[in-house]
Amino acid sequence: MCRTCGCDEHEHEHAHAHDHGHGHGHDHDHDHDHDHGRTIALETRLLARNDRLASELRERLVRARIVALNLIGAPGAGKTALLEATLRRLHDVPITVIEGDQATDHDAQRIAATGRPVIQVNTGAGCHLDATMIERGLAQLAPDARSLLFIENVGNLVCPALFDLGEHAKIVVMSVTEGEDKPLKYPHVFQAAAALVLTKTDLVPHLDVDVELIIANARKIQPELQVFPVSSRRGDGLGDWCGWLRAVRS
Amino acid sequence: MESVVDTIVDRISDPIAVVRLEIGKLAGVDVEALRFCFGVCTQGTGLADATLDIVAIDGRARCRSCGAEFALRSLAAPCACGSFEREVVAGHELRLKEVEVY
Repeated sequence: MCRTCGCDEHEHEHAHAHDHGHGHGHDHDHDHDHDHGRTIALETRLLARNDRLASELRERLVRARIVALNLIGAPGAGKTALLEATLRRLHDVPITVIEGDQATDHDAQRIAATGRPVIQVNTGAGCHLDATMIERGLAQLAPDARSLLFIENVGNLVCPALFDLGEHAKIVVMSVTEGEDKPLKYPHVFQAAAALVLTKTDLVPHLDVDVELIIANARKIQPELQVFPVSSRRGDGLGDWCGWLRAVRS
Repeated sequence: MESVVDTIVDRISDPIAVVRLEIGKLAGVDVEALRFCFGVCTQGTGLADATLDIVAIDGRARCRSCGAEFALRSLAAPCACGSFEREVVAGHELRLKEVEVY
């Protein structure tokens, strides 16, 4: 196949009727003078629209000294439980939450029960949050200056890694039950993250899991990753995690 | 993919023969899925007859330990010196490079 125009090696009909500037029937990897007409350079990122809005949001948040953290993890990783425990522990810090799910407002109800402002974004068929959803969420939430904003992304380790939401940092939330090789299987999200919160550590005695190997694998992808093993249920490790959040905020 | 169609339709009035994307091999994007989306998103637009050409960009990284630049086939691969402290310099591209018009 001609790599330039996608035409095949045989004489063929394009779906469109036009004269090519060259004869077909070639089987070479070529640099030919081939002419569909003009080539117009565009050099635009595919996610340019999302990235542009995300940059605007980031500027706005930085100006207001609001630190936004984008929590990404598989369904059932313990993202909402981690948030509940974090919100209770950081009772002196102003925090708002944007909850992303395909359907239901169950998570928003759990957050609302802690007394914190929260809005739910339902993405329907969508598998991730994008910057327009955050823009709408911010308009509704109107978070105070110098507050923390948690964005709980849709449960998914793949697509959310690609979409900038204007956050200060992406945080991967992964439970110890997910297996040592999870970071290797889903490297993009680990590479994009500043921190890994390893949840459900109270289950470790019941599992054949090597926590150090999870961490080593994650750091193969992102050597600078901060790692916080926690049990949201029992409270283990939450002190270090919340200490980091306080440091990030100041 | 909708933004690709919008970008082209907004900026170019000539009929489009080829849409060329550059997709990095480490970008986490499935090329077949992109092709499928292109077919769906171009229906009923001026791009309905356009061919999609996807140029794959190999991953490359620069090692922060030894300074070498090397081919990076996986985000979990170390430099030949054994270090994982590397910076990806190519392979994350998701770019609408150019179009060819009739």
